[in-house]
Amino acid sequence: MRVPHRMVVTVAAMAAAASALAPIRQAFPASTAQVVHITARRFQFSPSVIHLKRSLPVVLEFTTLDRKHGFKSSLLGLHTAISPGQTSRIRLVPNTAGTFTFHCDVFCGSGHEEMEGTIVIE
Amino acid sequence: MEKHIDRRAFLKLAGIGGAVFVSGLGLLQHADGIAAARALYRGNEADGEDFFFVQLSDSHWGFSNPAINPHYGTTLVRAVEAVNHLPQAPDFVVFTGDLTQTTEDGSERRRRMEQFREIAGRLAVKEVRFLAGEHDAALDEGKAFHEFFGPSFYTFKHKGVTFIALDNVSDPEGAVGEGQRRWLAGELAKLSRSAAIIVLTHLPLFDLYPSWDWATADGGQVMELLLPYSNVTVFYGHIHQINHHTTGHINHHSAQSLMWPLPAPGSLPRKIQLPWDTRQPYKGLGFREVAADRRHSRYDLREFPMAEAAK
Repeated sequence: MRVPHRMVVTVAAMAAAASALAPIRQAFPASTAQVVHITARRFQFSPSVIHLKRSLPVVLEFTTLDRKHGFKSSLLGLHTAISPGQTSRIRLVPNTAGTFTFHCDVFCGSGHEEMEGTIVIE
Repeated sequence: MEKHIDRRAFLKLAGIGGAVFVSGLGLLQHADGIAAARALYRGNEADGEDFFFVQLSDSHWGFSNPAINPHYGTTLVRAVEAVNHLPQAPDFVVFTGDLTQTTEDGSERRRRMEQFREIAGRLAVKEVRFLAGEHDAALDEGKAFHEFFGPSFYTFKHKGVTFIALDNVSDPEGAVGEGQRRWLAGELAKLSRSAAIIVLTHLPLFDLYPSWDWATADGGQVMELLLPYSNVTVFYGHIHQINHHTTGHINHHSAQSLMWPLPAPGSLPRKIQLPWDTRQPYKGLGFREVAADRRHSRYDLREFPMAEAAK
Protein backbone atom coordinates (compact mmCIF):
# COMPACT_ATOMS: atom_id res chain seq x y z
CA MET A 1 0.00 0.00 0.00
CA ARG A 2 1.35 3.36 -0.98
CA VAL A 3 1.82 5.73 1.88
CA PRO A 4 0.03 8.98 1.07
CA HIS A 5 2.09 12.11 0.85
CA ARG A 6 1.91 13.52 4.32
CA MET A 7 1.31 17.14 4.97
CA VAL A 8 3.22 18.00 8.06
CA VAL A 9 3.07 21.42 9.53
CA THR A 10 6.37 22.34 11.03
CA VAL A 11 6.74 25.67 12.64
CA ALA A 12 10.33 25.42 13.63
CA ALA A 13 11.17 29.07 13.69
CA MET A 14 13.57 29.68 16.48
CA ALA A 15 11.65 32.55 18.01
CA ALA A 16 13.92 32.74 21.01
CA ALA A 17 16.93 33.18 18.79
CA ALA A 18 15.29 35.59 16.37
CA SER A 19 17.54 38.45 15.46
CA ALA A 20 16.69 42.01 16.31
CA LEU A 21 17.39 42.69 12.64
CA ALA A 22 14.05 41.25 11.65
CA PRO A 23 11.62 40.48 14.44
CA ILE A 24 9.04 37.99 13.30
CA ARG A 25 5.43 37.64 14.40
CA GLN A 26 3.93 34.26 13.63
CA ALA A 27 0.32 34.28 14.86
CA PHE A 28 -2.13 35.05 12.08
CA PRO A 29 -5.00 33.31 10.27
CA ALA A 30 -3.52 30.99 7.66
CA SER A 31 -6.13 32.01 5.10
CA THR A 32 -4.80 35.56 5.02
CA ALA A 33 -1.24 34.58 4.23
CA GLN A 34 0.71 34.52 1.02
CA VAL A 35 2.16 31.06 0.38
CA VAL A 36 5.63 30.69 -1.08
CA HIS A 37 6.67 27.19 -2.09
CA ILE A 38 10.37 26.40 -1.97
CA THR A 39 11.85 23.22 -3.37
CA ALA A 40 15.13 21.82 -2.11
CA ARG A 41 17.37 19.40 -3.94
CA ARG A 42 21.11 18.78 -4.20
CA PHE A 43 22.49 21.52 -4.11
CA GLN A 44 20.03 24.32 -4.57
CA PHE A 45 16.85 25.93 -3.38
CA SER A 46 14.26 26.92 -5.95
CA PRO A 47 13.61 29.77 -5.91
CA SER A 48 16.92 30.80 -4.38
CA VAL A 49 15.80 34.42 -4.04
CA ILE A 50 12.54 34.90 -2.14
CA HIS A 51 10.83 38.28 -2.30
CA LEU A 52 8.53 39.14 0.62
CA LYS A 53 6.53 42.22 1.52
CA ARG A 54 7.05 43.88 4.85
CA SER A 55 4.07 43.36 7.23
CA LEU A 56 2.42 40.88 4.85
CA PRO A 57 1.84 37.46 6.46
CA VAL A 58 3.52 34.65 4.59
CA VAL A 59 3.83 30.89 4.83
CA LEU A 60 7.07 29.40 3.53
CA GLU A 61 6.39 25.84 2.36
CA PHE A 62 9.29 23.47 1.82
CA THR A 63 9.58 20.12 0.09
CA THR A 64 12.60 18.13 -1.08
CA LEU A 65 13.06 16.29 -4.36
CA ASP A 66 15.82 13.98 -3.19
CA ARG A 67 17.14 13.70 0.35
CA LYS A 68 16.89 15.47 3.67
CA HIS A 69 17.92 19.11 3.64
CA GLY A 70 17.54 21.99 6.05
CA PHE A 71 16.55 25.63 5.82
CA LYS A 72 18.23 28.05 8.17
CA SER A 73 18.47 31.81 8.31
CA SER A 74 20.45 32.82 11.35
CA LEU A 75 19.75 36.50 10.74
CA LEU A 76 15.99 35.96 10.71
CA GLY A 77 16.02 33.24 13.35
CA LEU A 78 14.29 30.74 11.05
CA HIS A 79 15.00 27.04 10.88
CA THR A 80 13.25 23.91 9.69
CA ALA A 81 14.21 20.46 8.50
CA ILE A 82 13.07 19.50 4.99
CA SER A 83 12.46 15.75 4.90
CA PRO A 84 11.44 13.52 1.98
CA GLY A 85 7.71 12.93 1.76
CA GLN A 86 6.86 15.84 4.03
CA THR A 87 5.95 19.48 3.67
CA SER A 88 7.51 21.77 6.26
CA ARG A 89 6.09 25.21 6.88
CA ILE A 90 7.25 28.40 8.55
CA ARG A 91 4.70 31.13 9.20
CA LEU A 92 5.99 34.64 9.61
CA VAL A 93 5.28 38.31 9.22
CA PRO A 94 8.40 40.13 8.02
CA ASN A 95 8.82 43.30 10.00
CA THR A 96 12.13 44.68 8.81
CA ALA A 97 13.15 45.42 5.26
CA GLY A 98 16.46 44.05 4.09
CA THR A 99 18.27 41.15 2.46
CA PHE A 100 18.88 38.07 4.56
CA THR A 101 20.81 34.96 3.64
CA PHE A 102 19.69 31.38 4.27
CA HIS A 103 21.42 28.07 3.71
CA CYS A 104 21.04 24.32 3.98
CA ASP A 105 22.22 23.23 7.42
CA VAL A 106 22.05 19.48 6.76
CA PHE A 107 25.27 18.24 5.15
CA CYS A 108 24.05 16.87 1.83
CA GLY A 109 27.17 16.27 -0.26
CA SER A 110 29.89 17.80 -2.35
CA GLY A 111 27.91 20.95 -3.21
CA HIS A 112 26.48 21.51 0.25
CA GLU A 113 28.49 24.66 0.82
CA GLU A 114 26.87 26.30 -2.21
CA MET A 115 23.28 25.46 -1.22
CA GLU A 116 22.07 28.86 -0.10
CA GLY A 117 19.82 31.75 -1.02
CA THR A 118 18.47 35.10 0.07
CA ILE A 119 15.21 36.49 1.38
CA VAL A 120 14.55 40.03 0.22
CA ILE A 121 12.02 41.89 2.37
CA GLU A 122 10.73 45.02 0.65
CA MET B 1 61.29 23.67 40.97
CA GLU B 2 63.83 22.46 38.46
CA LYS B 3 61.04 21.31 36.21
CA HIS B 4 59.42 24.71 36.44
CA ILE B 5 62.63 26.46 35.40
CA ASP B 6 63.10 24.07 32.50
CA ARG B 7 59.58 24.67 31.44
CA ARG B 8 60.03 28.41 31.37
CA ALA B 9 63.19 27.98 29.35
CA PHE B 10 61.32 25.77 26.94
CA LEU B 11 58.67 28.39 26.41
CA LYS B 12 61.23 31.12 26.01
CA LEU B 13 63.07 29.21 23.33
CA ALA B 14 59.99 27.90 21.62
CA GLY B 15 58.37 31.30 21.61
CA ILE B 16 60.99 33.08 19.55
CA GLY B 17 59.03 35.21 17.15
CA GLY B 18 55.76 34.06 18.68
CA ALA B 19 53.70 34.78 21.72
CA VAL B 20 52.84 33.19 25.04
CA PHE B 21 49.29 33.61 26.27
CA VAL B 22 48.88 34.60 29.90
CA SER B 23 45.96 32.21 30.07
CA GLY B 24 48.42 29.37 30.29
CA LEU B 25 48.61 28.73 26.60
CA GLY B 26 51.90 28.95 24.77
CA LEU B 27 51.57 29.59 21.08
CA LEU B 28 54.44 29.37 18.64
CA GLN B 29 53.96 31.17 15.38
CA HIS B 30 57.28 30.28 13.78
CA ALA B 31 59.36 27.17 13.64
CA ASP B 32 62.48 28.96 14.88
CA GLY B 33 63.90 27.56 18.06
CA ILE B 34 61.97 24.34 17.94
CA ALA B 35 64.98 22.06 18.00
CA ALA B 36 66.53 23.81 20.98
CA ALA B 37 63.22 23.89 22.79
CA ARG B 38 62.70 20.20 22.09
CA ALA B 39 66.08 19.34 23.53
CA LEU B 40 65.16 21.11 26.75
CA TYR B 41 61.69 19.64 26.81
CA ARG B 42 63.09 16.12 26.55
CA GLY B 43 64.62 16.61 29.95
CA ASN B 44 61.17 16.99 31.47
CA GLU B 45 59.84 13.65 30.44
CA ALA B 46 61.58 11.55 33.04
CA ASP B 47 58.79 12.08 35.52
CA GLY B 48 56.40 10.27 33.20
CA GLU B 49 53.76 12.96 33.51
CA ASP B 50 54.34 15.56 30.83
CA PHE B 51 53.77 14.47 27.27
CA PHE B 52 52.99 15.83 23.87
CA PHE B 53 50.86 14.87 20.95
CA VAL B 54 50.34 16.15 17.42
CA GLN B 55 47.00 17.28 16.04
CA LEU B 56 46.51 16.98 12.28
CA SER B 57 43.23 18.02 10.76
CA ASP B 58 41.14 18.43 7.64
CA SER B 59 43.42 16.71 5.15
CA HIS B 60 40.50 16.23 2.69
CA TRP B 61 42.26 13.42 0.87
CA GLY B 62 40.69 13.13 -2.60
CA PHE B 63 40.31 16.87 -3.12
CA SER B 64 41.84 17.79 -6.47
CA ASN B 65 41.49 21.46 -7.40
CA PRO B 66 44.96 22.81 -8.25
CA ALA B 67 43.78 26.42 -8.03
CA ILE B 68 43.17 25.88 -4.33
CA ASN B 69 46.10 23.57 -3.63
CA PRO B 70 48.38 22.51 -6.51
CA HIS B 71 50.04 20.06 -4.12
CA TYR B 72 46.79 18.35 -3.16
CA GLY B 73 48.36 14.94 -3.69
CA THR B 74 51.39 15.50 -1.47
CA THR B 75 50.48 17.96 1.31
CA LEU B 76 49.30 15.22 3.66
CA VAL B 77 52.33 13.11 2.77
CA ARG B 78 54.67 16.00 3.58
CA ALA B 79 52.89 16.64 6.88
CA VAL B 80 53.40 13.00 7.83
CA GLU B 81 57.09 13.26 6.90
CA ALA B 82 57.40 16.47 8.95
CA VAL B 83 55.94 14.75 11.99
CA ASN B 84 58.35 11.87 11.48
CA HIS B 85 61.24 14.36 11.42
CA LEU B 86 60.35 16.04 14.70
CA PRO B 87 63.33 15.88 17.04
CA GLN B 88 61.29 13.66 19.29
CA ALA B 89 58.39 11.44 18.35
CA PRO B 90 55.08 12.54 19.85
CA ASP B 91 53.30 10.21 22.25
CA PHE B 92 50.54 9.94 19.69
CA VAL B 93 48.93 11.68 16.74
CA VAL B 94 45.26 12.57 16.40
CA PHE B 95 43.43 13.49 13.21
CA THR B 96 40.43 15.67 14.05
CA GLY B 97 38.22 14.86 11.08
CA ASP B 98 37.64 15.46 7.39
CA LEU B 99 40.30 12.89 6.65
CA THR B 100 38.83 12.61 3.15
CA GLN B 101 36.97 14.86 0.74
CA THR B 102 33.29 14.00 0.54
CA THR B 103 31.90 12.03 -2.39
CA GLU B 104 28.44 10.66 -3.08
CA ASP B 105 30.06 7.47 -4.43
CA GLY B 106 30.44 4.99 -1.58
CA SER B 107 33.14 3.01 -3.42
CA GLU B 108 35.18 6.14 -4.03
CA ARG B 109 34.72 7.15 -0.38
CA ARG B 110 36.22 3.83 0.70
CA ARG B 111 39.04 4.13 -1.83
CA ARG B 112 39.96 7.53 -0.41
CA MET B 113 39.80 6.21 3.14
CA GLU B 114 42.02 3.30 2.21
CA GLN B 115 44.60 5.62 0.65
CA PHE B 116 44.40 7.98 3.62
CA ARG B 117 44.89 5.13 6.06
CA GLU B 118 47.94 3.95 4.14
CA ILE B 119 49.52 7.41 4.30
CA ALA B 120 48.64 7.89 7.97
CA GLY B 121 50.17 4.46 8.57
CA ARG B 122 53.57 5.91 7.65
CA LEU B 123 53.55 7.95 10.88
CA ALA B 124 56.40 6.71 13.03
CA VAL B 125 54.43 6.85 16.25
CA LYS B 126 53.02 4.20 18.52
CA GLU B 127 49.46 5.37 18.27
CA VAL B 128 47.27 7.29 15.83
CA ARG B 129 43.71 8.26 16.71
CA PHE B 130 41.07 9.24 14.20
CA LEU B 131 37.93 11.34 14.34
CA ALA B 132 35.42 11.72 11.55
CA GLY B 133 34.45 14.94 9.84
CA GLU B 134 31.21 15.55 7.99
CA HIS B 135 33.04 14.90 4.72
CA ASP B 136 33.88 11.40 5.97
CA ALA B 137 30.70 10.45 7.72
CA ALA B 138 27.62 12.61 7.12
CA LEU B 139 26.43 10.96 3.91
CA ASP B 140 26.42 7.40 5.26
CA GLU B 141 26.08 8.15 8.99
CA GLY B 142 29.64 7.02 9.60
CA LYS B 143 29.38 3.55 8.04
CA ALA B 144 32.55 3.69 5.92
CA PHE B 145 34.47 5.51 8.66
CA HIS B 146 33.62 2.74 11.12
CA GLU B 147 34.84 0.12 8.64
CA PHE B 148 38.25 1.77 8.31
CA PHE B 149 38.86 3.54 11.60
CA GLY B 150 36.60 1.93 14.20
CA PRO B 151 34.22 3.71 16.57
CA SER B 152 33.62 7.40 15.96
CA PHE B 153 33.30 8.28 19.64
CA TYR B 154 35.42 6.80 22.39
CA THR B 155 37.64 7.57 25.34
CA PHE B 156 41.22 6.75 26.14
CA LYS B 157 43.61 7.66 28.90
CA HIS B 158 47.14 8.87 28.50
CA LYS B 159 49.46 9.67 31.40
CA GLY B 160 46.65 10.76 33.65
CA VAL B 161 44.64 12.69 31.08
CA THR B 162 41.27 11.37 29.92
CA PHE B 163 40.68 11.98 26.22
CA ILE B 164 37.09 11.99 25.00
CA ALA B 165 36.51 11.85 21.25
CA LEU B 166 33.04 13.03 20.27
CA ASP B 167 31.24 12.47 16.97
CA ASN B 168 29.23 15.54 15.92
CA VAL B 169 29.26 14.76 12.20
CA SER B 170 27.70 11.34 11.55
CA ASP B 171 24.37 13.08 12.06
CA PRO B 172 24.22 15.30 8.95
CA GLU B 173 22.53 17.97 11.05
CA GLY B 174 25.75 18.30 13.02
CA ALA B 175 24.54 17.07 16.38
CA VAL B 176 26.15 14.82 18.95
CA GLY B 177 22.71 13.40 19.65
CA GLU B 178 20.88 12.23 22.72
CA GLY B 179 22.39 8.74 22.81
CA GLN B 180 25.97 9.96 22.64
CA ARG B 181 25.25 12.67 25.21
CA ARG B 182 23.98 9.96 27.56
CA TRP B 183 27.18 8.01 26.92
CA LEU B 184 29.24 11.15 27.57
CA ALA B 185 27.43 11.80 30.85
CA GLY B 186 28.21 8.23 31.88
CA GLU B 187 31.89 8.58 31.03
CA LEU B 188 32.15 11.89 32.86
CA ALA B 189 30.44 10.40 35.92
CA LYS B 190 33.42 8.06 36.30
CA LEU B 191 35.77 11.02 36.73
CA SER B 192 36.45 13.44 39.54
CA ARG B 193 35.37 17.02 38.95
CA SER B 194 39.05 18.05 38.82
CA ALA B 195 40.16 15.33 36.38
CA ALA B 196 42.28 16.42 33.43
CA ILE B 197 40.03 16.03 30.37
CA ILE B 198 40.76 16.72 26.72
CA VAL B 199 37.77 16.64 24.39
CA LEU B 200 38.43 16.02 20.69
CA THR B 201 35.78 16.92 18.12
CA HIS B 202 35.47 17.98 14.53
CA LEU B 203 32.87 20.76 14.71
CA PRO B 204 33.18 23.49 17.33
CA LEU B 205 31.07 22.77 20.39
CA PHE B 206 30.07 26.43 20.61
CA ASP B 207 28.34 28.76 18.15
CA LEU B 208 31.37 30.15 16.37
CA TYR B 209 29.48 31.08 13.19
CA PRO B 210 26.34 28.99 12.67
CA SER B 211 25.59 30.52 9.25
CA TRP B 212 28.68 28.73 8.00
CA ASP B 213 27.86 25.50 9.88
CA TRP B 214 30.54 26.40 12.41
CA ALA B 215 28.62 25.06 15.37
CA THR B 216 27.29 21.83 16.86
CA ALA B 217 23.49 21.63 16.84
CA ASP B 218 23.35 20.45 20.46
CA GLY B 219 26.72 21.90 21.48
CA GLY B 220 25.12 23.85 24.32
CA GLN B 221 23.87 20.62 25.90
CA VAL B 222 27.32 19.04 25.52
CA MET B 223 28.93 22.05 27.19
CA GLU B 224 26.45 21.80 30.07
CA LEU B 225 27.77 18.30 30.72
CA LEU B 226 31.40 19.46 30.56
CA LEU B 227 31.22 22.72 32.49
CA PRO B 228 31.02 21.14 35.98
CA TYR B 229 34.51 19.75 35.35
CA SER B 230 37.25 22.21 36.18
CA ASN B 231 40.03 20.99 33.87
CA VAL B 232 38.61 20.54 30.37
CA THR B 233 40.17 21.63 27.09
CA VAL B 234 38.69 21.11 23.62
CA PHE B 235 40.66 20.59 20.40
CA TYR B 236 38.75 20.58 17.14
CA GLY B 237 39.08 21.09 13.36
CA HIS B 238 36.56 21.95 10.64
CA ILE B 239 37.18 25.71 10.33
CA HIS B 240 40.61 25.38 8.66
CA GLN B 241 42.28 28.03 10.78
CA ILE B 242 43.54 28.65 14.28
CA ASN B 243 40.91 30.01 16.62
CA HIS B 244 40.88 30.23 20.41
CA HIS B 245 37.66 30.59 22.34
CA THR B 246 36.62 30.24 25.95
CA THR B 247 33.30 29.00 27.33
CA GLY B 248 33.38 29.69 31.05
CA HIS B 249 36.63 28.05 32.13
CA ILE B 250 36.86 25.72 29.08
CA ASN B 251 39.24 26.63 26.27
CA HIS B 252 38.54 25.58 22.66
CA HIS B 253 41.38 25.47 20.11
CA SER B 254 40.85 24.83 16.41
CA ALA B 255 43.59 23.59 14.07
CA GLN B 256 44.67 24.54 10.60
CA SER B 257 43.86 22.38 7.59
CA LEU B 258 46.22 20.36 5.43
CA MET B 259 44.41 21.25 2.19
CA TRP B 260 43.03 24.81 2.10
CA PRO B 261 42.50 27.72 4.49
CA LEU B 262 39.12 29.35 5.11
CA PRO B 263 38.36 33.00 5.90
CA ALA B 264 37.90 34.29 9.42
CA PRO B 265 34.35 33.81 10.72
CA GLY B 266 31.98 36.19 8.92
CA SER B 267 34.80 38.14 7.31
CA LEU B 268 33.47 37.49 3.80
CA PRO B 269 29.90 37.28 2.52
CA ARG B 270 30.43 33.61 1.67
CA LYS B 271 32.55 30.86 3.09
CA ILE B 272 34.95 30.19 0.26
CA GLN B 273 38.11 28.14 -0.03
CA LEU B 274 40.95 30.64 -0.06
CA PRO B 275 42.98 30.14 -3.24
CA TRP B 276 46.62 29.15 -3.32
CA ASP B 277 48.96 32.11 -2.94
CA THR B 278 51.91 31.55 -5.28
CA ARG B 279 53.94 34.16 -3.37
CA GLN B 280 53.34 32.34 -0.10
CA PRO B 281 52.92 28.62 -0.85
CA TYR B 282 51.12 26.62 1.84
CA LYS B 283 49.95 29.83 3.51
CA GLY B 284 47.38 29.04 6.19
CA LEU B 285 48.13 25.31 6.24
CA GLY B 286 49.80 23.53 9.09
CA PHE B 287 49.57 21.25 12.07
CA ARG B 288 49.96 21.55 15.79
CA GLU B 289 51.90 20.08 18.65
CA VAL B 290 50.28 20.07 22.08
CA ALA B 291 52.60 19.77 25.06
CA ALA B 292 50.83 18.83 28.26
CA ASP B 293 52.34 20.40 31.36
CA ARG B 294 50.67 18.19 33.93
CA ARG B 295 52.07 19.98 36.95
CA HIS B 296 50.56 23.30 35.95
CA SER B 297 47.49 21.87 34.23
CA ARG B 298 48.28 23.67 31.02
CA TYR B 299 48.74 22.89 27.37
CA ASP B 300 51.35 24.66 25.30
CA LEU B 301 50.44 24.83 21.64
CA ARG B 302 53.04 25.06 18.91
CA GLU B 303 51.88 25.63 15.39
CA PHE B 304 53.91 24.16 12.55
CA PRO B 305 53.29 26.00 9.28
CA MET B 306 53.32 23.70 6.26
CA ALA B 307 55.42 26.35 4.55
CA GLU B 308 58.20 25.29 6.92
CA ALA B 309 57.34 21.62 7.05
CA ALA B 310 57.30 21.29 3.26
CA LYS B 311 60.84 22.61 2.82
